[in-house]
Amino acid sequence: MSDVFLNGKYLGKVDDPKAFVASIKDERRKNKLAGSANVLYNDEQNEVYVFSAGGRLRKPLILVKDGKSLMTEQHEKQLEKKEISWTDLVKQGVIEYLDASEEESAYVAFTEEEVTADHTHLEISPLVMFGLCTSLFPFANFTQGTRVSIGSKNQKQALGFYAANYQLRIDMDISLLHTPQVPIVKSVMHDVAEYEKHPSGQNVIVAIMGYDGYNMDDALVINKASVDRGLARSTYYRPVVSEELRYSGGLTDEISIPDKEVKGYKSEKDYAFLEEDGIISVESNVKEGDVIIGKTSPPRFLSGLDEYNLASSTRRESSSSLKHGEKGIVDFVLVSESSNGNRLIQVRLREQRIPEVGDKFTSRHGQKGVIGLIVNPGDMPFTASGLTPDLIFSPHGIPTRMTVSHLLELLGGKIGALAGRFVDGTTFESEKEADLRKELASLGFRDNGTETMYNGITGKKYKARIFVGNMYYLKLRHMVSNKLHARARGPIQLLTRQPTEGRAKEGGLRLGEMEKDTFVAHGASLLLKERFDSDKTIVPVCEECGLIAVYDNYKDKTFCPTCGGDVNISNIELSYAFKLLLDEFKTLGVYPKLNLSNKY
Amino acid sequence: MNIPKEYLNEFPEKIIDDLKESGKGLTDSKFKKVLEKTLEEYKKARITPGECVGLVGAESIGEPGTQMTLNTFHFAGVSEMNVTMGLPRIIEILDGRKTISTPMMEVYLKGKLSGEKVKAHALMLKETLLGVVVDEFNIDIADLKIDVLLKEDKLTERSLTSATVANVIKKAIKKATVTKEDNTVTVKLTGKDASLNELYRTKEKLKDVFVSGIKGIKEVLPVKRKEEFIIITAGSNLNEVMALDFVDTTRTTSNDLYEVHAVLGVEAARQLIIDEVMKVMENQGLNVDVRHIMLVADTMCVNGNIKGITRYGVVSEKSSALARASFETPVKHILAAALTGERDELTSVVENVMLNQPVPLGTGLPGLVTEVKK
Repeated sequence: MSDVFLNGKYLGKVDDPKAFVASIKDERRKNKLAGSANVLYNDEQNEVYVFSAGGRLRKPLILVKDGKSLMTEQHEKQLEKKEISWTDLVKQGVIEYLDASEEESAYVAFTEEEVTADHTHLEISPLVMFGLCTSLFPFANFTQGTRVSIGSKNQKQALGFYAANYQLRIDMDISLLHTPQVPIVKSVMHDVAEYEKHPSGQNVIVAIMGYDGYNMDDALVINKASVDRGLARSTYYRPVVSEELRYSGGLTDEISIPDKEVKGYKSEKDYAFLEEDGIISVESNVKEGDVIIGKTSPPRFLSGLDEYNLASSTRRESSSSLKHGEKGIVDFVLVSESSNGNRLIQVRLREQRIPEVGDKFTSRHGQKGVIGLIVNPGDMPFTASGLTPDLIFSPHGIPTRMTVSHLLELLGGKIGALAGRFVDGTTFESEKEADLRKELASLGFRDNGTETMYNGITGKKYKARIFVGNMYYLKLRHMVSNKLHARARGPIQLLTRQPTEGRAKEGGLRLGEMEKDTFVAHGASLLLKERFDSDKTIVPVCEECGLIAVYDNYKDKTFCPTCGGDVNISNIELSYAFKLLLDEFKTLGVYPKLNLSNKY
Repeated sequence: MNIPKEYLNEFPEKIIDDLKESGKGLTDSKFKKVLEKTLEEYKKARITPGECVGLVGAESIGEPGTQMTLNTFHFAGVSEMNVTMGLPRIIEILDGRKTISTPMMEVYLKGKLSGEKVKAHALMLKETLLGVVVDEFNIDIADLKIDVLLKEDKLTERSLTSATVANVIKKAIKKATVTKEDNTVTVKLTGKDASLNELYRTKEKLKDVFVSGIKGIKEVLPVKRKEEFIIITAGSNLNEVMALDFVDTTRTTSNDLYEVHAVLGVEAARQLIIDEVMKVMENQGLNVDVRHIMLVADTMCVNGNIKGITRYGVVSEKSSALARASFETPVKHILAAALTGERDELTSVVENVMLNQPVPLGTGLPGLVTEVKK
């Protein structure tokens, strides 16, 4: 007797749990029971668990009976001829799905050769242990697991052909690779996932060598000739959106070229690209500050003097314009309606991105790096046959990371390019290195993939033979032009008078707490003071009460609001943030008295 | 070798002793040269006024600390015992925690003893509760009594007899008669409120009756260190261990700051802070100069008590209200300062940074005084 639980709830008892479980499995395989049910008999607890609820992760496995896989050659032939499909195999009970609980009672063979009479299931392919991205990692079984994780994560950031309807879409922060290619070294998953329909990289010729230190620390050196011919070129899309909002009292926003009377009117030049309807014309070349969508909003609230103002109806300017550092060409204008029924204007900007120093690239092996130098083709090293690589990768990236798959792909890519075929790099089931070497030798090359190369600048032969071959490289979405930032002077915050934060707001680069400590540790007291000068102010202070006094610019006089005019008032220099702190003390009911004394 | 008076006041005692030692057999004129050179070097080695020792110390301990976080080996096992090491231990010491996670002692023994003898001593230290030496508790419901079956081997191991155990039980359990027969001690409830419930409670109580050893010493481990055996203990009770006649009181230590402070005084506690922090640092393969840690230990112990580097400890004694407010719970400090009408003289670093004034350190320390013509 053992208890039976259905989806965690007690259902009843059965006499023979093993027979019960076996019969459920059997019925399921004969399609008499729903295929989504899974059972497990826990003999320690003497309980049977049946699961049929949604939300369980399940994995397909080939059934094994009496030491033989139910998946026969006949099945394979039929599959190839497309006489049967996956669902037929499931229906026939050749393949079944197990969830995490039923897997506990399964004995799964990894390959067909190791199947014994004890096995209950056979893995369809070792590749199923990986996710999509990891399956796209060629020769993954030759590289450390951590690197494989890094490599598959990197692939998610690659630029490519992300959606076929990209021309109709308004996506945030998206790029499109101009001439994506199918990798020469493929895995089965590339075919299964129809990778050729949405590829995200390019096959480049890679030489593994140093180049005057410009590829130190994971940097890459790339060939200017390749860049000029369109290598890794991409288009960056960014949307500008504006909605005609409605306010209480029947007031609404208005999308149009703002009148000159409007509060906050910029300048005529800024609105130059707008058409009559207040929306920018397509294909105009815009830069920072240019208005994309002209908009005015009703005044925030009518109060105070505004009521007596003749022009009380002044509307506010609330156009969308390009922020600091943004530029582009207007690609597409979409006029539609928002979910609230307001008129919605979406403008898509496009910007061509040519690879530049600082752009990030990666192979599929967790070997990412940024461009360190773009070299004129004449200065690139060349092989005896006159071939110049597209990209130079530093050999120092290999030993500590042990990405053997990176080297194998280079070798495989070379063969693929020379023999005009695709090379299979499926993890655990890839083409063998020895075979690849043999093939390379038969193509008339050194079997280890190295070649004699010459220095492009001096023309001298390199003493070492250089490992050259083809690899699939991915351009990653992190491009310097989105990140480059520096500031000398710029906007400040209203409250604290300290520099704003962040690149978008042209902010300052903070000298933080620990950085401050280093100045103190060096005893560089005055330098430290200068660094924190960003919000310094001169404040008049009443020497009588120690509170901040007032300077009346009109009368050119200082006076103390508490003690009156007839007191000594001195100007002192302090940070505005401290003045603010003193004000906050006052709101706490604390009297912050400044006792002034002469410093000298 | 005698040192001339003019030099005596220049050097600390340690250097004077060293000089006396190394100056043996030198002529007066040569010794004078040695003294001159020593003085020169000594002056060079001293910290200059305005040097920011505290912050440099903080950075010197803090920077290796960041590397330590990445290290997973925060717990080092001494065979069966787990000892808190690494960052958690440093935090524990510097915060001045009252109860530490793994109190430990290193007990040194007088004279050279054999391994057997050390083992016997070790077992004497170990706290033995009745539960450990008992084979079985048999509850007799009818007679409201408990038969306590003792384990012979466990008793002899600790050189106990069933009679002493019976005595201990007699002392611990009131309102009961305790009788002994061979290895069985029978506890029979006598009081008015004798009930089955009470009997059961008594049984649970019996398990925790302290039989022998030293309270607080949970585990003992004799270890050979260099030529002699020492006893490492889990749990600490410095006072009672030091009272034992076979213990070498000059070398026996505990890692419990407050216990060492109570038994041996502040100086010992200060030294313990230094030793313990250095031990962790060395364990992690980090190279920190002792003097940084000495400064921290000094700060923690200045007024004779141990104060942690927390807002309740050292920080609460900062003279500047602004400096205190800038480190955790600002409103509390500002209001307290306002109530007492505190005056901030802006003598330290943080306050001056807040006001955008030069900090009184390094180049900010000296001032040139010029008479300004009116």
